[in-house]
Amino acid sequence: MTAISDTDVPRIPRGVRLSQDRVRDRWVLLAPERILELDEIAQAILVLCDGVRDVHGISEELAKTYRAETAEIMTDVKEMLGDLAAKHFVVL
Amino acid sequence: MNIPPPIGLLAELTHRCPLQCPYCSNPIELDRKSGELDTRTWKRVLSEAAALGILQVHLSGGEPTARADLAEIIAHCRLENIYTNLITSGVLLSEKGLRALYDAGLDHVQLSFQDVEVAKADRIGGYKGGHEKKLALAAEVVAIGLLLTVNAVIHRQNIGSTEAFVELAVKLGAKRIEIAHTQYYGWALANRKALMPTHQQALDAVQLLESLRRRYDGIIVIDAVVPDYYARFPKACVGGWGRRVINVSPSGKVLPCHAAETIPGLFFDNVKDKSLEAIWLHSPAFNAYRGTDWMPEPCQSCERKEIDWGGCRCQAMALTGRAENTDPACSLSAFNSQMRAIAGESAMTADSEFRYRRFDG
Repeated sequence: MTAISDTDVPRIPRGVRLSQDRVRDRWVLLAPERILELDEIAQAILVLCDGVRDVHGISEELAKTYRAETAEIMTDVKEMLGDLAAKHFVVL
Repeated sequence: MNIPPPIGLLAELTHRCPLQCPYCSNPIELDRKSGELDTRTWKRVLSEAAALGILQVHLSGGEPTARADLAEIIAHCRLENIYTNLITSGVLLSEKGLRALYDAGLDHVQLSFQDVEVAKADRIGGYKGGHEKKLALAAEVVAIGLLLTVNAVIHRQNIGSTEAFVELAVKLGAKRIEIAHTQYYGWALANRKALMPTHQQALDAVQLLESLRRRYDGIIVIDAVVPDYYARFPKACVGGWGRRVINVSPSGKVLPCHAAETIPGLFFDNVKDKSLEAIWLHSPAFNAYRGTDWMPEPCQSCERKEIDWGGCRCQAMALTGRAENTDPACSLSAFNSQMRAIAGESAMTADSEFRYRRFDG
């Protein structure tokens, strides 16, 4: 688990791909020897990992979409990104 | 039977390879260049694979960079939205060649190492100068911005380098390493006496990997392939027969796994004659051991039958003479003690000479 701060700017590196799996009607994260099935929230977070927005910005955006508190969303965002960053599926 | 779509394709583009690793998983009977599928056929197969649900293609061989059309094949995968994993020995790829693969959209490079020291590594690979070339390529892969995995197949003659392999991978900038115990099929089976570690060596390696995982957490991902001659339960070979992956051989034969041709009586369809979908759904070879209905005891009543899927059919064939038997790597198999005895005897032989992988081997 990698520690994530509000100002980190996550992005998906080359070699990892956010991809639509049309045959199974779902979104996946494709990585070396790994296929992660994404739920709606995970996909929504990863779509915003564009290398421009920071963690706070991503959480604000999601808070608007899901009509929730930014702080609450940010806890989930950090947890997921921390897990993915430890595996190098996102970089900061 | 409801047959879910496959997720991965092992594309064995060629059996040609400058290395001669004695643990190679290729069959003893290698396909010649003259029999290899052409570019057009591979592109059609890859389009069919994408439509069937395949998300990742493992470009393998032999040495896949021996094919002049590799960049074109990768570009086609990209077009079809398939993730590409290049499994390479690295000794044929120039910086310019690597750039062409990168530009074509290659996602990931898995580079093999035979040991951590030049002389030892080159002896195992049977290719002088190989280790230095691999080091150079690894640096180029990382510099260009591609994700690198180091693959290290371990056996009695290099198992002492396990920790050094991980250190090397970290130094090279790899984000992942596979420490894979030799799987005894094809050439590895022929070299079993020279390769088998002792039980103690296998146990030590497992424990060492546990501590290395803790030490390198967040720095490098360490994946392991277990030494199944010493295991309690068998591996879920290819994730279960006809469940997740398809193997296409250089000449176009479609196999449930890369060693499936060692099972007598199975007929394998060829992509030249039928679509990949037709083969996946209807080929008798894929349906032979699909699901659990075919399983005899002790698998049939075992609570693990949908975890390890009976283990490996080719290993059952090789060591028990019947492919439908429980994989002898399972402690519940009647042949397990025999397998342990083979492992013990093999490990104790003084013979360390290799029978190298060659076309006329």
